[in-house]
Amino acid sequence: MPLIFDIAITHIAGRGRQTLVAVIGVAVGVGFSIAMAALMQGGQDDFVRQLVDTMPHVDITDEQRTARRQPAEDAFATVAISGLRPRDDRRGIINPTAATSWLESWIPGRFAASLKTQGVIRYSSREVGAAIIGIEPERESGVSPIVGDFVEGSFSALAAGGNNVLIGDTMASRLGAGFGDTITAVSSEGLTRNFKIAGLFHTGTTARDEGEAYVLLKNAQILSARPNAINEIRIKLDDPNRAPAVAHRAEAELGYKAVAWQEANESILEALVVRNVIMYTVVGAIMLVAGFGIYNIISTITHEKARDIAIMKSLGFPESDMRRLFLLEGVAIGAAGSVLGALLGFSMTYALSLVRFEIAATGQEMTRLPIAWSLMHYVIASAFALGSAAVAGYLPARRAARLNPVEIIRGAS
Amino acid sequence: MSALIETEKLTRVLPETVPVTLVKDITLAIDEREFVAVTGPSGSGKSSLLYLLGLLDRPTAGTLRIGGRDTEPMNERERARTRLSMLGFVFQFHFLLPEFTARENVEIPMRKLGQLARPQMRERAGELLSSLGLSEHLDKRPDQLSGGQRQRVAVARSLANDPPLILADEPTGSLDSKSSEQVFAILENLVRERGKTVVAVTHDLDMAARMDRRIHIVDGKIG
Ligand SMILES: Nc1ncnc2c1ncn2[C@@H]1O[C@H](COP(=O)(O)OP(=O)(O)OP(=O)(O)O)[C@@H](O)[C@H]1O
Ligand SMILES: [Mg+2]
Repeated sequence: MPLIFDIAITHIAGRGRQTLVAVIGVAVGVGFSIAMAALMQGGQDDFVRQLVDTMPHVDITDEQRTARRQPAEDAFATVAISGLRPRDDRRGIINPTAATSWLESWIPGRFAASLKTQGVIRYSSREVGAAIIGIEPERESGVSPIVGDFVEGSFSALAAGGNNVLIGDTMASRLGAGFGDTITAVSSEGLTRNFKIAGLFHTGTTARDEGEAYVLLKNAQILSARPNAINEIRIKLDDPNRAPAVAHRAEAELGYKAVAWQEANESILEALVVRNVIMYTVVGAIMLVAGFGIYNIISTITHEKARDIAIMKSLGFPESDMRRLFLLEGVAIGAAGSVLGALLGFSMTYALSLVRFEIAATGQEMTRLPIAWSLMHYVIASAFALGSAAVAGYLPARRAARLNPVEIIRGAS
Repeated sequence: MSALIETEKLTRVLPETVPVTLVKDITLAIDEREFVAVTGPSGSGKSSLLYLLGLLDRPTAGTLRIGGRDTEPMNERERARTRLSMLGFVFQFHFLLPEFTARENVEIPMRKLGQLARPQMRERAGELLSSLGLSEHLDKRPDQLSGGQRQRVAVARSLANDPPLILADEPTGSLDSKSSEQVFAILENLVRERGKTVVAVTHDLDMAARMDRRIHIVDGKIG
């Protein structure tokens, strides 16, 4: 073994208890950092997964990002006309067949067209405002957020035809209606139609469970007096990360606003970044504290071993060897702490993954803590620990290397 | 042939508010195979001179040549290297590394120099210690040895890399008369049998009288 290594070991071994405290300091820092990272990353992944699962990856609606050019602007070569009153367009995606067949040709995933209209659901004198969504059950099942979440009835009941409606369980209880009851839907056009409740879903998203009613597309078109119209195309991609590119292409071609889920949730995703910054700041602070422990012990050793430093220098060890010696001791403590900390972190993460709890509000769902297992957490925490150990070792090492052996030899004799 | 050590007006002044002169205008030459005593009253600058000769300290004026080579332009690394291969120190107190055994202490300079294989280093360390009457104590740590034994380990260590020059600062100063005599005999033997040059500071005038040459220092100057 290299000489410097041998000497470093005797120094560390000679201060067993203090070394142990320093190692444990680093280990606790590394361990908690790892467990915290696993938990925070897990929460984040879980959150993003839910976003991605419940939302369309790309949502094309019959809106435009900028106001449509008015015919007058085309007719007269003026730069801009202000105060023009826009023509009252019939809303909806124009030429839906062309749009869907174009999408069909290249989208790497599934999509469904629908017509969403605002209305009121009425049942025995109670009324609830609702988004009435007309869908084609076959296509919808590829993108729907509700397919798997039925409490009573099922999604396929809609495909059977007839005047059926699917509503959330919260809406049902607010209406006082149950499975099989017939409710009345009133559209904003003032048209009325009766539907039989063929399914009750519970997705856990309150806005959806309370405010959405699914009917067949043609029924929605009749209700809003817009035959063949659609106003939304929702897309689910095989790879959700490609959503921005797909949205961009669809918007450029179709001219309608196409929003990727990342754009729709920009502020939430930004908040996640902030959360990560906070987390790594905390990890850095923990490591700084662990670094103080290392600094402390290496300083103590260099003071205690001043005589040995003088001996080694008089024997012919250059200053660089002395620096390396104490730096090595600091890093060795950091490395031992990292290894121990990785084990501790793993154990704590595992223990956290076993914790189960009930969500109080519903009282029925048993949930685990969301945990992300990632080697990266271990690498980052260890890198932080080794980095702070290196700095904490280097500072006293540099001072020790500069010691004047003559002063020490004089002082000792 | 040039001398092993040559100095010219070697001077060391401490840059305090009132400058302290440790060594002043010392000019001397020491040849190979000389057994030289440095004597003088306490505080006269004997140790200071030895630290300069041993490259542990830098002169503020004058020149120092070791083995014909000017030491002035050497950097810290080269000075360390020269100490390692050309010089052996023996101090008044033993100055061994406390965690290592006698044999390991002797091996340390060899390991730093790295010219022998490990088994050879071990063998050589054993031989050096045995030749100084320590064959029974190879694997003892310094705190398990007597003062005289430790001082002999220190002598063995100074010989580890077979340097031509041994510098000793009151090597017998902390020993009883029997151990002193033993250590003195060993140093004398180094010169007579092994061809080393030994420069030893001593207060013992009898001992100084038995050496080849005496350099008397008074107030930092040769007197
Ligand atoms: N750092 C210092 N500051 C002030 N004076 C110093 C310092 N170091 C040494 N001296 C002085 O320099 C002089 C020479 O010291 P040195 O140790 O060389 O003497 P010495 O001849 O070896 O003495 P001794 O026989 O007692 O060992 C002494 O008077 C000492 O007090
Ligand atoms: Mg002295």
